[in-house]
Amino acid sequence: MAKETKTLNLNFGPQHPAAHGVLRLILQLDGEIVEKADPHIGLLHRGTEKLIENKTYTQAVPYFDRLDYVAPMNQEHAFALAIEKILKIEVPIRAQYIRVMFCEIGRILSHILNVTTQAMDVGALTPTLWGFEEREILMGFYEKVSGSRLHANYFRAGGVHQDLPKGLDKEIGNFCERFPKIINDLELLLTDNRIFKQRNVDIGVVSKQDALDYSFSGVMLRGSGVPWDLRKSQPYDCYEQFEFKIPVGKNGDCYDRYLCRIEEMKESVNIINQCLANLPVGPIKTDDGKISPPPKKEIKQSMEALIHHFKLYTEGYRVDKDEIYTAVEAPKGEFGVYLISDGSSKPYKCKIRAPGFSHLQAMDYLIKGHMLADVPAVLGSMDIVFGEVDR
Amino acid sequence: MQNIQDLEKILNSELNTKIKSSFIKHNQIYLKIDEVDLTEVILFLKTNSKTKFRQLIDITAVDFPENEIRFKLVYLLLSHEFNQRIIIEIDVKDKEIVGSITSIFPAANWMEREVFDMYGIDFKDHPDLRRILTDYGFEGHPLRKDFPLTGHNEVRYSHETKKVIYEPVKLEQNYRNFDYESPWEGTKYIKEQTKE
Repeated sequence: MAKETKTLNLNFGPQHPAAHGVLRLILQLDGEIVEKADPHIGLLHRGTEKLIENKTYTQAVPYFDRLDYVAPMNQEHAFALAIEKILKIEVPIRAQYIRVMFCEIGRILSHILNVTTQAMDVGALTPTLWGFEEREILMGFYEKVSGSRLHANYFRAGGVHQDLPKGLDKEIGNFCERFPKIINDLELLLTDNRIFKQRNVDIGVVSKQDALDYSFSGVMLRGSGVPWDLRKSQPYDCYEQFEFKIPVGKNGDCYDRYLCRIEEMKESVNIINQCLANLPVGPIKTDDGKISPPPKKEIKQSMEALIHHFKLYTEGYRVDKDEIYTAVEAPKGEFGVYLISDGSSKPYKCKIRAPGFSHLQAMDYLIKGHMLADVPAVLGSMDIVFGEVDR
Repeated sequence: MQNIQDLEKILNSELNTKIKSSFIKHNQIYLKIDEVDLTEVILFLKTNSKTKFRQLIDITAVDFPENEIRFKLVYLLLSHEFNQRIIIEIDVKDKEIVGSITSIFPAANWMEREVFDMYGIDFKDHPDLRRILTDYGFEGHPLRKDFPLTGHNEVRYSHETKKVIYEPVKLEQNYRNFDYESPWEGTKYIKEQTKE
C-alpha cells in the first residue's frame, strides 16, 4: 500500500543566522528533500537608486559603500569609472595604483568573510575566528586611509580623496608577508577536512551553460569552468600592468567555488605586492579644479580655489548628457553601474547591477532535489550580501 | 576579439529591417529597436554564431514623464566569446505590455519583476510577475519620477494596538531640495513660507 505523503511548507528566515542577512525563503519540502524554493527579497530595500537620483554625484558615493558592505571600495570604483568615462578624465597613475590596491584588499575582505562563514554554516567555527582577526587588520587599513572602517567614501571621480598616510604602505607590505600563512592555516582546517568535503563536494552543481543562462558572474561563473574575469578581459584602471592568474573550477560545485576563492585571495596578495613594489609618486586626483576640490592651503590664498570649493560642495560638478554602462569585477562578480546623465549635477538614472541578485535568483534551480541541510551550504557558497541584492 | 565596427556591420546587415538606429560609444554598441521585434532580436543575438551575446547582464527602465512615450526599456547583453557589450533600447508607452524574454534567458525572471515593481511596466507571458523589492501590499512604483522621494507610508510599532502599523509619512522637517542652479534663491518651501 502506498503511503500518502504531503509536502511541507517551511519558512526559512528572515531572521535566520545561516541566511546571511534578511532572506525569507519559502521552501516546499517532501520529507527532507527540497522541492521548490521561493526567495522573498527586499527586506533590506532602501531605495538606493531613487536616492542617488536626488543627490549630487559626490553625495552618491557613500551609497555605494552600503551596497555590498563587506567590500565597499569595489563598488565605489564602478561609479567613479562611469563618471570618468563620461567626463573623459585622466586618472593619475598613483591614484590608479592606490585604487587597485584597495580593491584587492576589498576582495580579500569579502572572500575571508565568505569562506569562513560558509565553513561555519557547515559546522566549523574556528576558521571564522581566525579569519575575522585578519579582516580587522584590513579594516584598519581602510580606516587609516579614509577615516572609516566600513563605509569608506574614498574613491572619487578622477582619483581618490587623499593620499596614503605615512607608513601605511609598509604596514600593508607586512600584512601581505604574513597573510599567505593564514590562508594556509585556513586551508589546513578546511580543504581536506572530511566533514567540509562531505557537505560541499557535488552540492549545488552548476553547469557551464546554466551559469551563462542565469547571468552568473565572478566565482559562480569561474567555479563552473568559464574563464572570465573583467580584470583580464576588459581591464580598467591599471590592471593590465599586473601579472596574476585567474583560478577556474572544474565541477561547478560548492567545493570548487571555495577553492576558487582561496586561490583568488592568494592572487590578490600577489597584486597588492606588485602595487607596493611599483607604487609611483605623484598626484592622487585629477588637477581639474572643476571636478576635484582644491587643497585646504589654496583655499586660504586663491579666490579661484575658494569659488571652486564652494561650487563643488553646493551644486557639485556637472556631468554631460550621456549614457553608459561600466562594470568592475567585484569580489562577488560583475558589479555594474548603468548611468544616464542629463548635464546637471545629479544623475538622471543610476541602475546598479548587483551580482548577488542574479545568483540568488537561481536558488530554486540550485537547491531543487537537495536536502534541507544543503540550503545553508549552497546559500553560503553563492556569497550573498543583502545590501547589494536589495539595494 | 572581433572588431566592434565589424560587429555593428553584421548586426545592421542581418537585422536591417528591425534596427531603428545603432551607434558605437564608449566601446559599446547601442541599438534602438521596436517593441514588437524585441524577442526576435534578443533570440538572434543570443544564438547567432557571429554575435553570441549569451549572457543577459541586466534589464532596466528609464522614466521620462514629459515624453509622450514615457518609458525606455534597456537590455544589457554581454558576449564572452567576442568580449563585447550591447545596449538595446525600446520605447514603451505607459500601460503598454511588453513581451517577456524569460523563455530565452531564465535570468530575465527577476529582472523583469524588478522593472514591473519599480516602474509598473507589465510583461506578457512572464511566469510569475509579482513585486520583488518593495513591501508586501505596497502601492505605487517608486522609481517613477512622479513618486515622492519620501514615499507615502511609514511603518512603526504601535504600543496601543500591539502591532506594526502603517501611517502616512509625517516629516519633522521638510525635505530640503536646494535649487543649486542659483544658490541665492533657497528652496521652494522657504519661498512659499515667506510669501505667507
